[in-house]
Amino acid sequence: MIALLLSVLAAATPLLLAATGELVVERVAVLNLGVEGMMLMGAIAGFAVAHETGSLPLALAAAIGAGMALSLVFAVLTLTLQANQTATGLALTIFGRGFSALVGAGYVGISAPTLPKLLGIDPMVPLALVILAVVAWFLARTHAGLILRAIGDQHDAAHVLGYKVIRIRYLAVLFGGAMAGLAGAYMSLAYTPLWAQDMIAGRGWVALALVTFAAWRPFWLLVGAWLFGLIMYLSLYVQAIGVPIPSALLSALPYLGTVIVLVLISRDGRRIRLHRPAMLGRPFHPAG
Amino acid sequence: MQRRTFSKLLGASAALSALPAAGADPLKVGFIYVGPVGDFGWSYEHDQARKAAQAKFGAAIQTSFVESVAEGPDCEKVMADMANAGHKMIFTTSFGYMNYTQKLAKRFPTVMFEHATGYKREANLATYNIRFYQGRYIQGVIAGHLSKAGLAGYVGSVPVPEVVQGLNAFMLGMRSVNPKARLKFILINNWYDPPKEGDAAKALMDQGCDIITQHTDSPAPLQAAAGRGIKAFGQATDMTRFAPTTQLTASVDNWGPYYIKRIDEMLKGTWKSTDTWGGLDSGMLTMAPFANMPADVLAAAEKAKADITSGKNKVFTGPILDQTGATKLAAGATMDDGALNAMQWLAQGIEGKLT
Repeated sequence: MIALLLSVLAAATPLLLAATGELVVERVAVLNLGVEGMMLMGAIAGFAVAHETGSLPLALAAAIGAGMALSLVFAVLTLTLQANQTATGLALTIFGRGFSALVGAGYVGISAPTLPKLLGIDPMVPLALVILAVVAWFLARTHAGLILRAIGDQHDAAHVLGYKVIRIRYLAVLFGGAMAGLAGAYMSLAYTPLWAQDMIAGRGWVALALVTFAAWRPFWLLVGAWLFGLIMYLSLYVQAIGVPIPSALLSALPYLGTVIVLVLISRDGRRIRLHRPAMLGRPFHPAG
Repeated sequence: MQRRTFSKLLGASAALSALPAAGADPLKVGFIYVGPVGDFGWSYEHDQARKAAQAKFGAAIQTSFVESVAEGPDCEKVMADMANAGHKMIFTTSFGYMNYTQKLAKRFPTVMFEHATGYKREANLATYNIRFYQGRYIQGVIAGHLSKAGLAGYVGSVPVPEVVQGLNAFMLGMRSVNPKARLKFILINNWYDPPKEGDAAKALMDQGCDIITQHTDSPAPLQAAAGRGIKAFGQATDMTRFAPTTQLTASVDNWGPYYIKRIDEMLKGTWKSTDTWGGLDSGMLTMAPFANMPADVLAAAEKAKADITSGKNKVFTGPILDQTGATKLAAGATMDDGALNAMQWLAQGIEGKLT
């Protein structure tokens, strides 16, 4: 039972890391659909550096750096050049998938040092919880968090009050990239210590869905990540028990779950409107 | 990516054929792989065999390959491209390519096709396979000795006969040592998906399996077992370096001798459509060194290997009962290849359903 619990916690960790980053991004009203691509870049950067140098701190730094680099591209395009956020985010994911496959071609089927475990637990598992707690506290209890939320809800007013809307959005987007990169490194250095093309396998999209599922509230993000971790894991677990459900259907469960949850949530429009950053996805023109 | 690799190779072969050839133009031989050549499993071994053939025949042949080709309409395009580019012999190396290969064989009657692990043949379409189940039986014997719980876990891909044979052979081998042994399995619906393969191994271990084997192509299940200090088997190739103190052995595919023989026949003009199913005796199947086990288990493994190689042990010999306890094969009888290739039942002791 404890082993099962630990397996679910581990499966939830990459979702939680990436979703925490995206939560902050969306709270300043920026929608970055490039999570999957940033996670893949983090995964290959971390794996490649771990393999080449043997140093895990360097590998983690590289993964975070790769995620941030990709998010910086997004920030420049959407915040400075005012490109459409949805299209740019999608392009980011497509680019990340292709580029990681290209860079990773030479790293398939080899091994690299893996993140050590403490007392049988990946240190990243509790770390993800700590980061989420800090982010929750930051958003709810600090002045800076208040400014961040104000920008998400009414960027013109925040601008008039003298807050640097664009600069703060840049920082939030970079934080989102760093977290996605870290989540990718967790996949390739701890969860499955290998590099394989497309190894994130849709977890970036699940993380994005989680942010909406949680209605932009950190506590619900945790519930959602555990729930999806459980579904992902149970889809394999129940097969070994011998539950007569076709394995193809079980494989589709986590994704079906995502769709069902989103449909259920969007039925309650009031709840969405109440928590949704009002400016989500809208560009900001300082002059206007 | 795959297309780019392909055009690069075509470009390279075009450049080569532009050089003045010593004699006739080299025979162009194409290979299509389901995974990346760097999977260090299934596709890797096919590519090793391709390289062996290229080294053997030198300038007489020119080989090229396309990797990570999905088992769907894409593979048909890749085959057609190869045929149009002048390949006279095309090896399609995954079960799911079967219907597409057959279609293409009819469309290109002057191109000789070779399809691995399938059963549909034409005048210009041969099939070849390895008796993987022989290696599974030996793994089962080892598991029967080593599993304290009498419960092994099997990470599988899709419920095709080849995978079902492996499940049953493993169970028969395990029960030959421990008649109460059981086997749990998970099919992940893919041949290569490391995170999911690892998750499946974890789920099996969480349910008490204390030995793991896999019929998927990455070392992830082996690594997951190593992470919990549980012994496991590698797949398709010797995966020792991913888990040196974990791997007990691995059934290693050795396609080289077959590719060399068939290409040789093609060059001599004696190629015919045949059905080849080689096992330990033919050298197409070999076992990675038996490791991480006590001497008595090693002796039992060596004996099982010797008996299968000599033909004394045919693996699927009666009596065999299925999951429901019904007799599948009477005492003394041996299952023929037709029945093996249509296998869709599970032996007694295996838990779960084929779906």
